[in-house]
Amino acid sequence: MNRRDFFRNMIRGATVLGLGGVFVDLVRKVKADGTVWQIDPWKCIQCGRCATECVLEQSAVKCVHSFNMCGYCRLCTGYFEPQPNKLNTAAENQLCPTGAIFRTFVEDPYYEYTINESLCVGCAKCVKGCTMFGNGSLHLQIRHDRCLNCNECSIARACPSDAIHRVPVAQPYKFKSRESTS
Amino acid sequence: MILFLAAQRFPPPEFSETGHKLPGFNTPLPRGPWLEHLDVIVLLAALALAAWLALRRRSRRGLVALGIFSLLYFGFWRKGCICSIGSIQNMAQGLADSSFGVPATVLAFGLAPLVFALLFGRVFCSAVCPHGALQDLMLIKPVRVPVWLEHGLRLIPYIYLGLALVFAATGGGYIICQYDPFVTIFRLSGSVLMVACGIGLLVLGMFVGRPYCRFLCPYGVLLGFASSVSKWRVRITPDTCTQCRLCEQSCPFDAINKSTIDAPSRSMTTDKRLLAAMILLLPVLLIAGGLLGGVTGKNLARKHRIVNLAERVYLEETGKESGTTDASAAFRVTGEPVENLYADARTVRDRYVLAGRLCGLWIALVIGGKLIMLAIRRKRHDYEADQTRCLACARCFTDCPQELQRLGLSVPEGVPLAPPL
Repeated sequence: MNRRDFFRNMIRGATVLGLGGVFVDLVRKVKADGTVWQIDPWKCIQCGRCATECVLEQSAVKCVHSFNMCGYCRLCTGYFEPQPNKLNTAAENQLCPTGAIFRTFVEDPYYEYTINESLCVGCAKCVKGCTMFGNGSLHLQIRHDRCLNCNECSIARACPSDAIHRVPVAQPYKFKSRESTS
Repeated sequence: MILFLAAQRFPPPEFSETGHKLPGFNTPLPRGPWLEHLDVIVLLAALALAAWLALRRRSRRGLVALGIFSLLYFGFWRKGCICSIGSIQNMAQGLADSSFGVPATVLAFGLAPLVFALLFGRVFCSAVCPHGALQDLMLIKPVRVPVWLEHGLRLIPYIYLGLALVFAATGGGYIICQYDPFVTIFRLSGSVLMVACGIGLLVLGMFVGRPYCRFLCPYGVLLGFASSVSKWRVRITPDTCTQCRLCEQSCPFDAINKSTIDAPSRSMTTDKRLLAAMILLLPVLLIAGGLLGGVTGKNLARKHRIVNLAERVYLEETGKESGTTDASAAFRVTGEPVENLYADARTVRDRYVLAGRLCGLWIALVIGGKLIMLAIRRKRHDYEADQTRCLACARCFTDCPQELQRLGLSVPEGVPLAPPL
């Protein structure tokens, strides 16, 4: 073995040790399961960036509805424009720009509001209306059938209230409910 | 916040009349964990296959086929995430922040190519990395980059790596992912700027071999280190180099070190003086790098969410700025005292200053080391693939007459052939 080979072996050994060190240190913190991105709805301020900042052409963020928090109001501030002409389902009265919320009569005076996710763009207009004046049952969530789970989520980067974080893949949602408060 | 968020302003109804059942949540699930494991298995298999194709089988065609597969699988199907290049940021954040867990898949993607590089050279670059494969396939008419420009541009990845690790370790974001030019092509969507960069680099890559790999890729720096001491390596010739110079122009990535047999000899004293000057310059560079890095780190910290927010809140508190931004408004509703925010911001800034100093030292070391390496004259008998730069693409093999003889193909006339082994 000549001198150069000796040095080469030494460096190789040192690199192996270094990599091993990094590996050991990381393995102690390693999570066997992966992580996915999710919105904490209690932190969300409904700024509307979710609709535009996602790398997908149509955002992976959609509005979901926590029915057990909903007041089933006749005048839903998530469904109707601030000063609606009439409290009916005419498009001019609706707050949702894509008409993704459907209103069905249940019993007097209660109405149920259901979201058609294929129409929802995640703009959070309804979430804002519901949270400001209602029970806050409408909220945003990242839908994992759409989310690419990028190594860095570009909406998380743009979020002004730091509401988007990695969560364990085993609990991929942070739904609002009557029992869960921030 | 609790007040207006959690308030049940309108008590939810009981529906005693109709007995209406409340609908539940629809919960589409993420990809199953077994698919993540499949990604790791495919990665390991592709690495092993690439090593075999480049070192043993010596097949360019096989590497192209594997490259196309990797491009389709890791690129277009997996949409470029998770990739080994980006995973170094997760690892850096994991090392710096004890509460940050790194998923096993990410760790495997980050370390497996390095381990393979330590054994077989940069076989990951040759046909497993989707970025590399995409550029390799786009290369149609390679032009040579002038030597001085090549040396200069080759420093960029080191600086990029340093900066990326500063941002990742301080929790300031993953700039490698943010400014990845090709992931927009894999996803067929993205910001206008990054799509333009991706297309621009691809067009450039038709003439300049693999511009991202050579002049940008931060992971390539680590692979180069590992590869420079690799156990086995790509050899241009299957047996003996006869210095026929036929391979000289075959590498589009400027990774072939020429034989120094014909090089003009220079006086030893000039060389020694130059080397001594460069070695003396190194400490000067290191001090300057450390100082500049600290200042730069302090400025870079202002890009961090918390520091940015603290500055804004400070301006609002002192009345220098009226109104609120979305971020400051969101901070106000939490009811958190501003002193806590300022303290957090100071912690973040201190971390940036430390990371910036280390990054400055690193960049100074790279530049100083480069100058020293340039001052050293190495004697080289044969034409060899540079162990750091060679991407194991296998293009040069068939330019070697020994290889043609081995394959039983016709050898150009007048070329000295070594006796077959």
